[in-house]
Amino acid sequence: MELRYVRHPGYIGGSGGLSDFLIVPHGRVPMKLHEYQAKEVLRAYGVPTPRGSMAKTVAEARSAAADLGGKVVVKAQIHAGGRGKGGGVKLAHSVDEAERHAAAILGMTLVTHQTGPQGRLVQRLLVEEQLPIEREIYLGITLDRALSRPVFMASAQGGVEIEEVAARDPSAILREAIDGAQLQGYQARRLAFALGIAPEARASAVQAMQALAKAYDESDASLVEINPFVLTTDGRAVALDAKMDIDDNALFRHPGLAELRDLDEEEPLETDAIDHGLNYIKLDGNVGCMVNGAGLAMATMDIIQYAGGMPANFLDVGGGASKDQIKNGFRIILSDPNVRAIMINIFGGILKVDVLAEGIVAAAQELRIGVPMVLRLEGTNVEKGREILADSGLDFIVASDMKEAAQQAVARAG
Amino acid sequence: MSILVDETSRVVVQGLGRAGLFHAEQCIRFGANVVAGVHPGRGGSEALGFPVFDTMREAVAEARPDASLAFVPAAGAADAVLEAIEAELALVACITEGIPARDMVRVADALRGSATRLIGPNCPGVISPGKCKLGIMPGHIHKPGSVGVVSRSGTLTYEAVGQLSSLGIGQSTCIGIGGDPVIGTNFIDVLEMFNEDSDTTGIIMIGEIGGTAEEQAAEFVKGRVKKPIVGFIAGATAPPGRRMGHAGAIISGGKGTAAEKQAAMEAAGIAVAPTPADLGSTLAALI
Repeated sequence: MELRYVRHPGYIGGSGGLSDFLIVPHGRVPMKLHEYQAKEVLRAYGVPTPRGSMAKTVAEARSAAADLGGKVVVKAQIHAGGRGKGGGVKLAHSVDEAERHAAAILGMTLVTHQTGPQGRLVQRLLVEEQLPIEREIYLGITLDRALSRPVFMASAQGGVEIEEVAARDPSAILREAIDGAQLQGYQARRLAFALGIAPEARASAVQAMQALAKAYDESDASLVEINPFVLTTDGRAVALDAKMDIDDNALFRHPGLAELRDLDEEEPLETDAIDHGLNYIKLDGNVGCMVNGAGLAMATMDIIQYAGGMPANFLDVGGGASKDQIKNGFRIILSDPNVRAIMINIFGGILKVDVLAEGIVAAAQELRIGVPMVLRLEGTNVEKGREILADSGLDFIVASDMKEAAQQAVARAG
Repeated sequence: MSILVDETSRVVVQGLGRAGLFHAEQCIRFGANVVAGVHPGRGGSEALGFPVFDTMREAVAEARPDASLAFVPAAGAADAVLEAIEAELALVACITEGIPARDMVRVADALRGSATRLIGPNCPGVISPGKCKLGIMPGHIHKPGSVGVVSRSGTLTYEAVGQLSSLGIGQSTCIGIGGDPVIGTNFIDVLEMFNEDSDTTGIIMIGEIGGTAEEQAAEFVKGRVKKPIVGFIAGATAPPGRRMGHAGAIISGGKGTAAEKQAAMEAAGIAVAPTPADLGSTLAALI
């Protein structure tokens, strides 16, 4: 299976520390912003960032470098970390050198520890001024589930993999729980003193940290990471890098942020599923599954493997699957050529089994589904649902429980 | 007895859209005493035989509900829960999925020190079979009895209940606590209530990969809960790094794996069901 990994802190429990950092596949919820987009958002809240601009062509990159005096950094814009090590970030000392770097990076397939071996095509660059860096610090904000509050994290050991810092020395990560939407001045000062920020940069660092917390809150972010946040030799505090994820559930109130979505960076099938209100993840087995509810969908994957098979996907049709959603669910499952059988496991709550059955029949007829379909249906209006399937004249295998359904589906997938 | 809801519960339904009305009717059929609805702009009307109010405050003054079932769409759901907290309802089951996490952080703040317990959001609600249904679970699969069921996942809760009922084992109360990052009631809250409920003699607890809530619950169970417990963790075979629907369901940096959770459960004396099809039979073997 090919995965594209992006670093993402999720559960940060009381004692878990950053070793609980999550790895989530690229293109899944939440919505990710490019570095240049995140910096635009943060700048609007008063977080200092380097001067620079996004370029989609070598000519644009050259012109941006010229505007900045030639001494610039050229940065690949992809939704994955580790760009520097992968050759996607280069320093230039002249406009000509910046142009050469832009030509090399634009269009390259950048492979980092987060992109997977297939890498990612670079289609955008950020050309920025170079700064005289004195110190690098890590700043991050995410939701602490144990507290049900955002937590502001900071570490003096910036510029390196923060998970490694956390694993080596959890006490190197400082934390301040954010209560009432804002990081208080005393909290930001406490962090600044603990980080040992020099007096001349302290006020601007405190201001930047508070602005960062405000940006996180007001943008409905699920993650903001500044690594590194730099202190310059001339006493400035600047966000040199920026990573920002937005809570998908809140995009309805941020039309401007929703427009920043870069479909080139997403898995087409998973985006297709999201557009139809489905939650699909491709896996590498041959038993396709369609299930209602994430927990039952995972349990279905478990029982398929227990029966000796391998699931081809995770697909949660959710609580209120319409005929259209079911049809699209089948279409997406079947777009994977490895699928040899489909197991449908529905325990209806909000979802009515008769509506589901109608959807299954309509989709099977319309899509001319050629693989065996094993159905296990329970819940609201189940009798009516079974009647619809029986009356359809189509060849459905109806199982009485999920274990039997899994065994049947695995046997038919071969 | 049972926990959270019983025959004395007085239910108010918040949000009388299509889903709200459909499920309110199902709840009434299953014995819930629905005394009011709240739907801004529809005050003064009636739905399914109960009065509808514009505000929760009016509903409380006129109909004295103590438990809310909230179907308000995601954009306004947190506001509806805040309204119920302000009105000091003892219990709110919020079914709505897709509520922004930031809104739920505000709700979690309001819940601290309040008179209200929130179940969910993004959950099937709570049912005490034969007494009261405050949720969207299919009522007919339940059977009154003495096993408590608690789960992060909705449909897996139904799975457990279906298996128990088909073995002739009834349930005291079944609760889906929801799969969102911020939820009102966690495993430990429910296990504590089941432990103190004299009518609950066995427990099924269904967790998922991701986070550490199951480990914390297992730690709580150790030495404190004497009742037989069957556990299951969904996602044992999920590949690391893939978020499986629920925002919490993901294995991260070697943490939150099913193996770790199963080990924690076993160390606490919880009997782990080998597959999701063995929830009922594993419990039957214990009681």
